Amino acid sequence: MESARSKWLWAVGSLLILVWTAVPILWIVMLSFKQPGEVGNRHGFLPHTWTWENYRTVFRTGLFTSALVNSIGISLIATAVGVVFATLVAYAIARLEFPGKRAILSFALAIAMFPVVSLVGPLFDLWRDIGLYDTWPGLIIPYVSFALPLAIWTLSAFFREIPWEMEQAAQVDGATSWQAFRKVIVPLAAPGVFTAAILTFFFCWNDFVFGISLTSTDNARPVPAALAFFTGASFFQQPTTAICAAAVVVTVPVVVIVLLFQRRIVAGLTAGAVKG
Amino acid sequence: MAAITMSHIVKRYGDGYPAVNDVSLDVRDGEFMILVGPSGCGKSTLLRMIVGLEDITSGEMRIGDRRVNTVAPRQRNLSMVFQNYALYPHLTVFENIAFPLRLAKVPGDEVDRRVRDTADLLELTEHLDRKPANLSGGQRQRVAMGRAIVREADAFLFDEPLSNLDAKLRGQMRTEISRLQRRLGVTTVYVTHDQTEAMTLGDRVAVLRKGELQQVASPRELYEQPRNLFVAGFIGAPSMNFLPASVEGSELRTPLGSLPVDDRRRDAVGDRRVVLVGVRPESFEDASLVSPDKRARGAVLRARVDVTEWLGNELYAYVPYEAPEDVAARLRDLSRELDGDQLRTQAVVALDPSSRIHPGQDAELWVDTARLHVFDPSTGLNLTRDEEAVAALAEQADAARDAQRAAQRTDTQEVPPAEQS
Repeated sequence: MESARSKWLWAVGSLLILVWTAVPILWIVMLSFKQPGEVGNRHGFLPHTWTWENYRTVFRTGLFTSALVNSIGISLIATAVGVVFATLVAYAIARLEFPGKRAILSFALAIAMFPVVSLVGPLFDLWRDIGLYDTWPGLIIPYVSFALPLAIWTLSAFFREIPWEMEQAAQVDGATSWQAFRKVIVPLAAPGVFTAAILTFFFCWNDFVFGISLTSTDNARPVPAALAFFTGASFFQQPTTAICAAAVVVTVPVVVIVLLFQRRIVAGLTAGAVKG
Repeated sequence: MAAITMSHIVKRYGDGYPAVNDVSLDVRDGEFMILVGPSGCGKSTLLRMIVGLEDITSGEMRIGDRRVNTVAPRQRNLSMVFQNYALYPHLTVFENIAFPLRLAKVPGDEVDRRVRDTADLLELTEHLDRKPANLSGGQRQRVAMGRAIVREADAFLFDEPLSNLDAKLRGQMRTEISRLQRRLGVTTVYVTHDQTEAMTLGDRVAVLRKGELQQVASPRELYEQPRNLFVAGFIGAPSMNFLPASVEGSELRTPLGSLPVDDRRRDAVGDRRVVLVGVRPESFEDASLVSPDKRARGAVLRARVDVTEWLGNELYAYVPYEAPEDVAARLRDLSRELDGDQLRTQAVVALDPSSRIHPGQDAELWVDTARLHVFDPSTGLNLTRDEEAVAALAEQADAARDAQRAAQRTDTQEVPPAEQS
């Protein structure tokens, strides 16, 4: 580990991975600053003339702004509902002995592994019949159910690390189970709850399959799906640059959140794996 | 404040193993009761049943005049100090101590007053705004105690509260706990595996073994009049020596030599052929240092000293001896049960540090035969327990306790008490 040779290997390896992951993002950013007509006519990674034109276009179109509102609203609601459910379930799994505990955990795992695409068809029919098609709840429900497994697993790992004595002390001090949960366990598990919330939010924010299949209008269509319907400023141009600008707009919040909370996210994903 | 009455308490786990087996124990109002025993003896389980964190399989638990078998912990009005303190890491010291009061919806200014009084009592005032993570072990321990005493609980329960502290701090906190308990006069049950804590803190000590109560008595009675082999071996450090002996008339033939016994002890032995003689290490003396008239009151043995340890205030000498295989096996079992692992049969002898006995030497050791105990090797019962002495000791312990409480009360009247009544 200490030798110069291995240091070099590490450096080269890191650089490769960095380039591999950063170039596509940078490319999109660069495209978003190019003139709409530049793509396909001029070569070069950097824009020939830098312009904010694409961003102006994106925010002028109702398609994008309503999709942005949908995305934010749906993701936030799904996150809130999912985290509340996941917290309660994870607490029960970590603390209580009840029949079917293993079944719940395996079931959650099975859902996480379930191919989402195979559900889209049936859901499409079902949603249309019961009037959930192209509505916010129509997206929130599948988001919550597919985000729950990860949130439950993350949170129960967190809950397991909180010493039992905390709760017992609270009970002896005069707390009901609910008070012990609310005043002692939840504050202590806050980092875990937070991590679960971020992960759930990303899942909803990034989803494309449900977004494109279960919506048909501006009513509920989220950004990833809306991008596919983009036409750009003029009918005669490829909307590549405008799509890229929209992509940058939706990527920025994710990048910012990750940068701010990367420590917590890593801690959340590895909780229980390593004693720390 | 209240008495705690346990009758025929049993705790059986799923596999049918009784962790606590038919324990009946009466903790008087205001008494400091110690539960002691080697690891796995059920002492912590018993404590957790008192506080309500473990279900009671059968038997009856009463606090004051209330049957609490099925009462939730929060309704028992007891307070507990946990082994790892179980402080709430997200709350300040102030809020940690205030936690039970907040749950009881005590008005804000009263919470403030009571927490500050408690902090004052425990010298925590300057730390009130800090988080537990920034405190030393001793301070955390005091916060845990503060949380226990801030509320007017019917009883305090301690689960090995000092075992995470280093030796010096442990000594300080021990006297602190003792002073606090006498001052507040609250019924206290204290679990420990530490001899010194058991002997110094308790009004009475309950010795448990494999979930069964062995003896409940004042520390002094446990030491001087143990009921059986287990209690005799558990109480005292270094522990009592058990020498196998065959009975020959009024003499007990041990591997180290013959010990004459008085009529009372001779009668107690009855027609048993083989017994175990219990001799405390300090019942031995270097025979050359014993005055002639004292020498006449005991017996002198000749034995080869194997190893000596000079500690300044005492000299320990180790005297190996041969024991019949079955007795040796029995002694090994006992030693293992007492959390020790004695490999050879040897007697430990505590001598005056001025003794010139050195290892490898055949030494003359004087034994105080008036302080011998004789045990039945099969049942382990102490055959020579002196009931008169026991009664005298119990009476003495009660008198001492009452005197101490009275003194404490006048003390606290002179200095305005910090706690509320």
